[in-house]
Amino acid sequence: MLAYIIRRLMIMVPTLLGVTVIVFLMLHATPGDPAELLLGERATEKALHEVREHLGLNEPLHVQYGLFLRRLMKGDLGETIWTRQKVWTEVKQRFPATIELALVALFISCFAGMILGIISATKQYSVFDYVSMLGALAGVSMPIFWLGLVFMLIFSLNLGWLPLSGRLSIDVDLDIITNFYILDAILTRNWPAFKDAVWHIIMPAVTLSTIPTAIVARMTRSAMLDVLRQDYIKTAKAKGLSRLKVIFKHALRNAMIPVVTTIGLQFGVLLGGAILTETIFAWPGVGKWMYDAVMQRDYMVIQGGTLFIAALFVIINLCVDVLYAVINPRISVQ
Amino acid sequence: MSSASNPYDRHPFFEQLGQLWRNKTAILGLFIITGFILVAILAPVLSPHDPVATSLYDQLKPPVWHETGTWNHILGTDELGRDTLSRIIYGARVSLTVAIVSVGIAFTLGTLLGCISGYYKGIVDSLIMRVMDMILAFPYLLLAIVVVAYLGPSLQNAMMAIGITYVPRFARIVRGSVLEECEKDYVMAARAVGARDMRIIFINILPNCLGPLIVQTTLSMASAILDAAALSFLGLGAQPPTPEWGGMIARSRALILRASWVMTFPGIAILLAVLGFNLLGDGLRDALDPRLRD
Amino acid sequence: MKASKNLFRLSVTGLVLLLMIFLTTSCGQKEEEKAEAPAQPAVEKEEATQAAMEKILVFGRGGDSVGLDPAYETDGNSFMVCDNIFEALVFYADESTALEPGLAESWDISEDGKTYTFNLRKGVMFHDGTKLDANAVVFSLGRMMKERNVKFMGQGYEIPAQERPPEYWVSMEMDDIVGSIEAVDEHTVVFKLKKVNAPFLANLGMDFADIISPTAFLKNPKEFLRNPVGTGPFKFAQWVKDDRIVLEKNTDYWDTNAGPYLDKVIFRSIPENSVRFLELKTGNIHICQFPNPQDIALAKQDENLILPTQPGMNIGYLSFNHTKEPWKSNVDLRKAIRHAINREAIVDNLYQGMGQVARNPIPPTLWGYNKNVPMVEYDPAMAKDYLQKAGFPEGEGLGEITLWSMPVPRPYNPDGVKIGEAMAADLAQVGIKAKVVTFEWGTYLKRQREQPDDMDLFQLGWTGDNGDPDNFLAVLFDGKASTSIRTQWISDAYHDLMVRGRETIDQAARDAIYQEALQIFYDEAPAIAVAHSTVIWPAQKTVKNFKLHPTSSVRLKNVDLDL
Repeated sequence: MLAYIIRRLMIMVPTLLGVTVIVFLMLHATPGDPAELLLGERATEKALHEVREHLGLNEPLHVQYGLFLRRLMKGDLGETIWTRQKVWTEVKQRFPATIELALVALFISCFAGMILGIISATKQYSVFDYVSMLGALAGVSMPIFWLGLVFMLIFSLNLGWLPLSGRLSIDVDLDIITNFYILDAILTRNWPAFKDAVWHIIMPAVTLSTIPTAIVARMTRSAMLDVLRQDYIKTAKAKGLSRLKVIFKHALRNAMIPVVTTIGLQFGVLLGGAILTETIFAWPGVGKWMYDAVMQRDYMVIQGGTLFIAALFVIINLCVDVLYAVINPRISVQ
Repeated sequence: MSSASNPYDRHPFFEQLGQLWRNKTAILGLFIITGFILVAILAPVLSPHDPVATSLYDQLKPPVWHETGTWNHILGTDELGRDTLSRIIYGARVSLTVAIVSVGIAFTLGTLLGCISGYYKGIVDSLIMRVMDMILAFPYLLLAIVVVAYLGPSLQNAMMAIGITYVPRFARIVRGSVLEECEKDYVMAARAVGARDMRIIFINILPNCLGPLIVQTTLSMASAILDAAALSFLGLGAQPPTPEWGGMIARSRALILRASWVMTFPGIAILLAVLGFNLLGDGLRDALDPRLRD
Repeated sequence: MKASKNLFRLSVTGLVLLLMIFLTTSCGQKEEEKAEAPAQPAVEKEEATQAAMEKILVFGRGGDSVGLDPAYETDGNSFMVCDNIFEALVFYADESTALEPGLAESWDISEDGKTYTFNLRKGVMFHDGTKLDANAVVFSLGRMMKERNVKFMGQGYEIPAQERPPEYWVSMEMDDIVGSIEAVDEHTVVFKLKKVNAPFLANLGMDFADIISPTAFLKNPKEFLRNPVGTGPFKFAQWVKDDRIVLEKNTDYWDTNAGPYLDKVIFRSIPENSVRFLELKTGNIHICQFPNPQDIALAKQDENLILPTQPGMNIGYLSFNHTKEPWKSNVDLRKAIRHAINREAIVDNLYQGMGQVARNPIPPTLWGYNKNVPMVEYDPAMAKDYLQKAGFPEGEGLGEITLWSMPVPRPYNPDGVKIGEAMAADLAQVGIKAKVVTFEWGTYLKRQREQPDDMDLFQLGWTGDNGDPDNFLAVLFDGKASTSIRTQWISDAYHDLMVRGRETIDQAARDAIYQEALQIFYDEAPAIAVAHSTVIWPAQKTVKNFKLHPTSSVRLKNVDLDL
């Protein structure tokens, strides 16, 4: 097991570097560089040249990338072009915001999706089954930014239940330790801030979770249906075990494998969808950060951010694979 | 149905496809999509107005059931006075094109790479799969943004970007199936009689992987429409005045308080089309996956 | 499959249900009226709790600041925070760019126009408790010079090497203007110029020329942009990236006659325009920067909101690719296009009234504005005549031209692509086929500068920096001066006027020079001045004394909140 994990982590290195090379080359081939965007309408040849010189953009590409690699070896991601700050510092600020959002969204989608899926499966062809599966389909069919705006209209403007945007109200103080606001509030036992942070995360997280919820629900349903047909379930039922016990103790455990796979894959979808959700809900996370960086050609942010996102993704997939073995010891990690 | 004829002549795939007719949701999906295809083809006949003609006198007319609505603009107009219904009708053309072209790119490239990877194995396989991993290891939307930033924002480039990001899904599915099929006797037999690799791959193996591929195709078409909408939201998709549904919503979101119909109807159009593809995809999945059959 | 018959019915019912949910939004107008009632008590409740505590103003804006070191920033979102932390030697008046004494109480300009002596205000303290003196001024401005030709008084400071070129200083070509900066005594600074430059004094009122605390800067030069220390009415307190910047009242502010009245100012980043406006409507923010033009009408109806308005010091224009024919030498063709475009309709419908049709390529608030130049009229018939004269009757022979339109909203142009579409439709009326082309912004800026062959017409614009006509007319259209001028129009007469304008000190004489230049601009039509946008940033009724500045700077010194 350990050897397997180590081997997987080893393969990760070339994959990650490959990603940074591709993105690096593509961005440099894209017309318009950071100097151009920094100066905007007022760019003059002279000013452009000086700014490029300072940013090291006049060097050949392989030299620039080599520099990035050499710094990386020392554990240094370099400094952002626009905000002139260590990339690592920004990573520490942005990633927790997005991961917090994605985790809550993932939690919602697992919880809601699995419940819907289980009930649908146990009551196959019932009204509930059709309505929930159709609802799930509608969930994967809606443009996320549209849904976000519609939610805002309904729950903030018309009903006034939830705050519109941001991570925390302006009159709430919170000592930031990890940048996971909910966690920070718990750590500092700051319950008003905890409530406020939770209140703020609900709407963006629900918006973000629509697609994964739908997918998880459908996956759970079909996996459960599959399992419920198996002989040992019939045996268990015949033995007179209670319905709930059969479902949760025997069926669910075996239906989990495909569900876990799906959930692992959804994390990538969540990170992608975060770009839109973060823009709409003014959520200071990675998606918006990376999107701005691409638009502003902040090569340093893009390289650093890409590396982190890709690493996160690879690690999550690894976790999923390891989780298989935990759920079902019969599956070897090979 | 085809499966009713001699079962030894017919590939089991077609027999499975027969299952589809029993699945009513899939039929519903098929209906919706056929409807949209018809609308797309007949757009010039169906649409009451020119979808790009602006009329500054008819700005933001509400839909017909609204107090001030008129039958002239059944679904109202946008802020340049363009007829929403006509734009949605023409938008069917654009959005279906997006779905077909981008998934077409992904399908072709993905299938090709998957076949090569699965059939030849070894170093070619790991090379291709590492590249697929790289694409997968990057949030697809961000990748699409980079591709569009590189190529410039236009509908063609958005389709290309979406297509590229979808390649790994197809490659993986095909590779998996090919790996499985390669172990089977008929492939061994074909090899033994000296059939060329290409022949074995495309004539013998590929038809056996069609099931999951078709499912993936329909589902990807659904998400392609949504992703094109997302790119439009970020200003990187279809350029105006092209009536693309996602772009219509994205560009009218400023009107959310004042004239929300401008963004609601394209939203419903997307919802329906994507729903159609999803229902069909699901139905196909149920029909083609023997484990799910009663 | 016993229930499969019901499936259709259920699916359809489900769908209809869903659709109804979405349709509720299309009746948003009615609900909105209902919504206003509960929204109001919410505002009062929130502010009631604040009344006991502090006056906190929340400013909602589209993006975060990049940094807060005025010398190195280039974007409005950075400067608007700097505006409240830092101050410069000269101030612009409340609602114009007329110069007023700032950190310099007075100044003298030598006979030959090459020596400027500034007498600093006494008793001004930086937020870190150090004193504002001549050395601080020499340090703040001297650090931007390429050749550090500076003289401190007494001990002085060691100026660290530049992290990067100070972009404004470089692009305003200040190194070609300023020869040396010297501290004469504790409260006197002398600038010696290399050549006469009339806009120089106005330049010193711009953000990049703000005075910073050398002590604070030297403590950690790399982090100064995140820990700014100046003399302004507000002190920097906290910055949560992409979320908020918090400023606190400077209780030791030197000007005891006026503000600051607010205890705290919070700049919140809310990137999505519609959401920012919703935040204003629900009372969570006090001022909403750059709302969608469409929302202004709603703000007008809302009695809780006021609409601070300021004609912006800007110009949105449509220009030609002067590096290629036929645009380069065919004046009639340029005029044909000028008369074919319905600018009134564009301003009415796309600027949504937040703009005025331009007579000159400089805003009417600027001196040098030429009132005698006729207003260009929308006249398709005349445009057709000009087309005939130009040798392209009914657009024949012109082929399909490209109309480059900006992909992003800018202060001078709310929606480049829509405006491009409207223009293309106008051009089609006179027989010219135009294709709207756009690129992502970085690409647009770069490719436009290269004046490529596939560009015929392009949109661009400008927001004035210092209220000097030179800052519009020379930098935008004098193609002879440099290849990086975005309209590469080569006109000897115009160029000579620009050079003379810069070298003349007397403002009346300069006024005449620029009026003449504007007449040439009208006659030659090197570009089409489309509109000046009006800046309207809706605010809560409780916000008092908030004035927008033509340069888009945000000054909160005198702003107060009714509690």
